[in-house]
Amino acid sequence: MSQSHTHTHPHAPFSFTPANRKLAEEIIARYPQGREASAVLPLLDLAQRQCGNWLPQTAIEHVAEVLDLAPIRVLEVASFYTMFNRKPVGRAFVQLCRTTPCWLRGSEELVATYKRITDCGPRATTPDGVFTLLEVECLGACSNAPVVQINDDFYEDLTAESFAEVLEAFKRGEKPKAGSQIGRVSSEPLGRDGE
Amino acid sequence: MPKLTIDGIAIEVPAGVTVLQACELAGKEIPRFCYHERLSIAGNCRMCLVEMEKSPKPIASCAMPVAEGMAIKTDSPMVKKARHGIVEFLLINHPLDCPICDQGGECDLQDQAMAYGAGLSRYNESKRAVEEKYMGPLVKTEMTRCIHCTRCVRFVTEVAGVEGLGLLGRGEHAEITTYLEQALDSELSGNVIDLCPVGALTAKPYAFVARPWELARTESVDVLDAVGAAICVDARDNEVVRILPRLNEAVNEEWLGDKSRFAVDGLKRQRLDRPYLRGADGRLAAVSWSDAFAAIAKRIKGVKGERIAAIIGDMADAEAMVALKDVMAKLDAPHIDCRQDGAAIDPSLRAGYLFNSTIAGLETADAVLLVASNPRAEAPLVMSRLRKAWLTLDAKLAAIGPVPPGNLPVESLGAGAKTLKDVADGKHPFAKVLSAAKRPALILGQGALRRSDVAAVLGTARRAADSLGLIRDGWNGFNMLHTAAARVGALDLGLVPESGARDLAGILEGASGGALDVVFLLGADEIDMAKLGRAFVVYLGHHGDAGATRADVVLPGAAYTEKNATYVNTEGRVQFARRAVHPPGDAREDWTILRALSDALGRSIDMSSLGDARRRLVAVNPIFDRAGAIVPAPWGDFGTEGKLDPAPFVTAIPDYYLTDPIGRASPTMAECSRIFVHHRASRTGTDG
Repeated sequence: MSQSHTHTHPHAPFSFTPANRKLAEEIIARYPQGREASAVLPLLDLAQRQCGNWLPQTAIEHVAEVLDLAPIRVLEVASFYTMFNRKPVGRAFVQLCRTTPCWLRGSEELVATYKRITDCGPRATTPDGVFTLLEVECLGACSNAPVVQINDDFYEDLTAESFAEVLEAFKRGEKPKAGSQIGRVSSEPLGRDGE
Repeated sequence: MPKLTIDGIAIEVPAGVTVLQACELAGKEIPRFCYHERLSIAGNCRMCLVEMEKSPKPIASCAMPVAEGMAIKTDSPMVKKARHGIVEFLLINHPLDCPICDQGGECDLQDQAMAYGAGLSRYNESKRAVEEKYMGPLVKTEMTRCIHCTRCVRFVTEVAGVEGLGLLGRGEHAEITTYLEQALDSELSGNVIDLCPVGALTAKPYAFVARPWELARTESVDVLDAVGAAICVDARDNEVVRILPRLNEAVNEEWLGDKSRFAVDGLKRQRLDRPYLRGADGRLAAVSWSDAFAAIAKRIKGVKGERIAAIIGDMADAEAMVALKDVMAKLDAPHIDCRQDGAAIDPSLRAGYLFNSTIAGLETADAVLLVASNPRAEAPLVMSRLRKAWLTLDAKLAAIGPVPPGNLPVESLGAGAKTLKDVADGKHPFAKVLSAAKRPALILGQGALRRSDVAAVLGTARRAADSLGLIRDGWNGFNMLHTAAARVGALDLGLVPESGARDLAGILEGASGGALDVVFLLGADEIDMAKLGRAFVVYLGHHGDAGATRADVVLPGAAYTEKNATYVNTEGRVQFARRAVHPPGDAREDWTILRALSDALGRSIDMSSLGDARRRLVAVNPIFDRAGAIVPAPWGDFGTEGKLDPAPFVTAIPDYYLTDPIGRASPTMAECSRIFVHHRASRTGTDG
């Protein structure tokens, strides 16, 4: 897909909600005068949150307008950072780590589990609009591998079974408890005897 | 000044220069793709790597400032290996399609891969391919060839001043594009083609036309606006195939406006290649030169000089104009006017009609007032200087009348002459800005002069220049921005009616009222032809435009690429256009036609060679002996105090692309006008 195709939700004019507009102004005020353009990253994040975890073209243009930037400058930033989604994603945006430690600890099983439960592959959204899967490289939680990030939260120490439970919960519209799924605190050793 | 050694050569360079510039000062060539002298430093191509003592890795010399005691090596094994590696990396995703690439033969990547590459690639995997991007009717893209140097992005943002291009994505997925693939809306967009070091951005109208080694190159000047940019006219056989800018720091640096670059296809269309005579049936029929001259002689015989008039067009060369002046003098005909747009400029004081600060000087101005001028359309290269003044000196910019579109912050002061009067009287706040500035300037556009109150507008502008300190030691900030290449030369030759003689309005009135019998048009196409009434019209020019359509006799002349001719630009700089190709068919150089006509009329002018014509120019005005130079014009009094018309100022040029017969004959310019001026859909659907 060409980089220049910005996907616009039909009939989706965008502007910040009054609360977000206020927040945006607070964010802009953190930067020195004349450097307001530096607020482009937090403002894009704000816009992405308001849009349901993706950035339609209208949101990019609105951020450009708020910061008095050319739309192309904002699009450059939005397209550079992989954490901005420029296509709509599901309610649960699943980023599954497949780098070596997670892979050694069974990330391939998690992919298979995801496929079994959602009947959908990576980089696609399920027809019910619940899940989108993105296979990613290291999320930085290797000691609690395998790990999956869903929206803002890490789900760690997963097995095929516990991952299935997490996904089922999202399917029901619930938000399961984030963090280690085996009750581990932070990344303490698994066995108390230094197993 | 820091001292350093480069390849063992000790050299002292100015502080603040980069290692790359220091290497050049030491006579060492450093290959580069992204670095460009006139753009900001990006440092992303890595081709300029050199070895620096005490640095474990090679450094990018374009981005490294010099420091005292540096020891640089540009030809060490490390540098050689680094260059091999960079070229190999750049070629990983670069298609080897040089045989079908328009850049072939003048490609930096081709040349540098030959000179600095290893000659071999170890890459066997698939190359990436990138979708073509639409950038408008002038720039053709082949984005698979792009090496992401971002020169085009930097040029468009920094010099052209439109935020049109950007680099989207990252790494392997990085792509250059315009926002939503809109056309690149800048009058300087063609320069990205020259800047592109590979064949990613090439000239759309020139696609697959010629190879650089087939072209004969002629150094000339542009006449499609009054800037007089230095150009190279590239011709193959007897056809001009493209026009490129040539370096002239004083005028165009190394840039060129799109009209000057791309109107070249208009030189092949609508050309007058034979003399024509209007027959009894009212239709123009091709005739021989002698028949055409005989018809003119027959009509003029017995006609008194005061019933003969001449109007001079925007692209007339000085030789033809002085020949016409002499022919008119021989006919005792007083009615002659070079201001076919009716801009009644006062020719009595040279400083009153010149761009006195000079074009290069404008970038040192720190406060500029535009009066009825939109330099973006009238002279894009002046606009880029104005932009530089704003970028480097934070120049305060304001406009009376239309505000130039774009991202330059120009404050609008008012719509018409009354605001100018307020400024001149010191009543307007901007008057203080101007008088407090070190180098204040005023740019007076032709839009302010095509009015009935010209003398008063000029007088008010002159008074503003005097009262606000625009004229001071070594600086004259009074600038008239012309739009016609012929105008300043014509004013220098005094081609305006003497007192009592008819000016443009008088000529048109006389012709329609029957007071004039014969009207000569020297390339004049922008007048209202209907007002010529029943006059016998002789048109001398190179395109079948409005003038030729109305004419009773058409004499085919030479376009600016087909003659050795003198032009004076808006600064008063005398420059020469040179012949690159021969005029088509029976067409001739304009002054030779006028000389032959004078013979046919039995009143020969004394001009039998180009040298004669040029000596005659110098005799009329010694300024023509000072080619290339700026001769500062003494300041004085001009204009009058009078009643100012309350009507708002308008710009002289509503459509940048269609200002002259060449542009109007050019399909490329028609397409540009359609897309950029008429704001139609930016995608044509015809470009694949």
